[in-house]
Amino acid sequence: MAKTIVPIGPYHPLQEEPEFFKLTVEGERVVAIDVHVGYNHRGIEKISEMKTFDQSVYTVERICGICSTSHPFACVQAVEDIILMEVPDRAKYIRTIIAEGERIHSHLLWLGLAGHFLGYNTVFMWAWKLREEILDVMEILSGNRNNYAMFTPGGVRRDIKAEDIPVVLKKVDSILPTLDMLKKAVMDDPVLHARTKGVGILTRDEAISFSALGPTARASGVAKDVRKDAPYAAYDQVDWKMIVTQNGDVFDKLAIRVLETFESVKIMKYCLTHLPGGEIKERIKNIPPGEGIGTHEAPRGEVFHYVRSDGTNRPVRHKIRAPTYMNLPTYKATIIGETISDATIILAAIDPCYCCTERLAVRDMKGKKLFNGEDLVRLSQEKTMQLKKKMGF
Amino acid sequence: MSLKLTALLKSPWVFHLSTGSCNNCDIEIIDCLTPRFDIERFGMLLAGSIKHADVLLVTGSANRKCIPRIKRVYEQMPKPCFVVAIGECALSRGMFIHSYNCPVPIDHILPVDAYIPGCPPKPEAIIAGAVKLIEKVKNGTAKKAKNEK
Repeated sequence: MAKTIVPIGPYHPLQEEPEFFKLTVEGERVVAIDVHVGYNHRGIEKISEMKTFDQSVYTVERICGICSTSHPFACVQAVEDIILMEVPDRAKYIRTIIAEGERIHSHLLWLGLAGHFLGYNTVFMWAWKLREEILDVMEILSGNRNNYAMFTPGGVRRDIKAEDIPVVLKKVDSILPTLDMLKKAVMDDPVLHARTKGVGILTRDEAISFSALGPTARASGVAKDVRKDAPYAAYDQVDWKMIVTQNGDVFDKLAIRVLETFESVKIMKYCLTHLPGGEIKERIKNIPPGEGIGTHEAPRGEVFHYVRSDGTNRPVRHKIRAPTYMNLPTYKATIIGETISDATIILAAIDPCYCCTERLAVRDMKGKKLFNGEDLVRLSQEKTMQLKKKMGF
Repeated sequence: MSLKLTALLKSPWVFHLSTGSCNNCDIEIIDCLTPRFDIERFGMLLAGSIKHADVLLVTGSANRKCIPRIKRVYEQMPKPCFVVAIGECALSRGMFIHSYNCPVPIDHILPVDAYIPGCPPKPEAIIAGAVKLIEKVKNGTAKKAKNEK
């Protein structure tokens, strides 16, 4: 059968962000996929190296609007790792509350968009209406709907007032019945089952070999969550359970996100009721030379930050790895062999975030050739060889 | 005001163009369409194709790979049309002003009629900006009104 190429993007109604998918189809079946990225590259790592340690936290906040807590969270942990310091207990709890609030709003946002892609605009409207309540909570706690600017190396910038806690708890409680209704409506719907069950399966072995992260991995039976594996902030003091399912299809990824929202509400409520007293921030005098890493379980998976300091007030290297970078190649396993009509929901199922991912673009002077991974590895190996020769090994 | 503009202002359809933004402004635009803010009250609807749109909502600090594509998208828009820059990045590149990959702000590439500042602007601000654009077109001071064929 003749092969046809279906281009999706860079500007397409399906997508929030500019990116380009080249789907090769035979009849209805997808036989190959090629992903072109680079439309979102803004050189944040370089900008962060121009800023001081305090400022770079707000720089990384602008990597992604949906994960606007995850990147600062990992960044401040990396800086604290250089100094080997402990933050005050109250700051740990406040960090956890903000991070979980973000997870609720991110999962609801994805649920809405997934409903929209499947032709369920009711789900879209309900999920986004519910999300507004959480944004109100975040506005009470941090003063802003999206970029919270709560984090700073050594603690948090803003305290939670005692009189705000009952208001927030009441609001969080008020979303639970609607969330429950939405869960039942989504998970018991026969049409939704038919559309998503057995579609875009990522097996356990594939998830491990692609190093998938977050809900994408947990849906395939890989119990991987930084919050449990290497607890930080207040996650080891709260009782919560990791949601893991076995099938790896789109339905499981959807179910994981819906169920995780309930866990997040639980963590948030526990932290708000058990908020310890004391300072919210410890003063940092200077940052010694050294390197540190920070990780945080973002709504999409593990965010990784590496910061190197040479003793001045600026980082000399700031490396960022976002979860979508690891989850994007799983398309090779999930989309091949599926029909073109299922392609949309499979592409959306990993909850991709391209502005998080795009850290590098290489091209020649005419702006035509884009280096692929192989070329980059080859370049890197050649450089090592040259250096070895130069140094006389 | 010509018949075309009168009809356009009754129900301006918008197309959302992200030029390398952080998603925040884009989400707030979609928030405008959902039940709490519901910009459809003013006849505004998110168009799926650029060829159906009257107003282009641009977000993000245009990067080098996007600029030729932004121009092409704008050329495909039926005229008369209006451009709204949303968010600090689109207005002045914001914190990306020193980036090696963001050479110019949006108004060096497209003729912008309304600027909505904020990082990100709240949905209320976006609705206020849209109302101001409509007033501007009614006054006849909008840039693209003279571009009418």
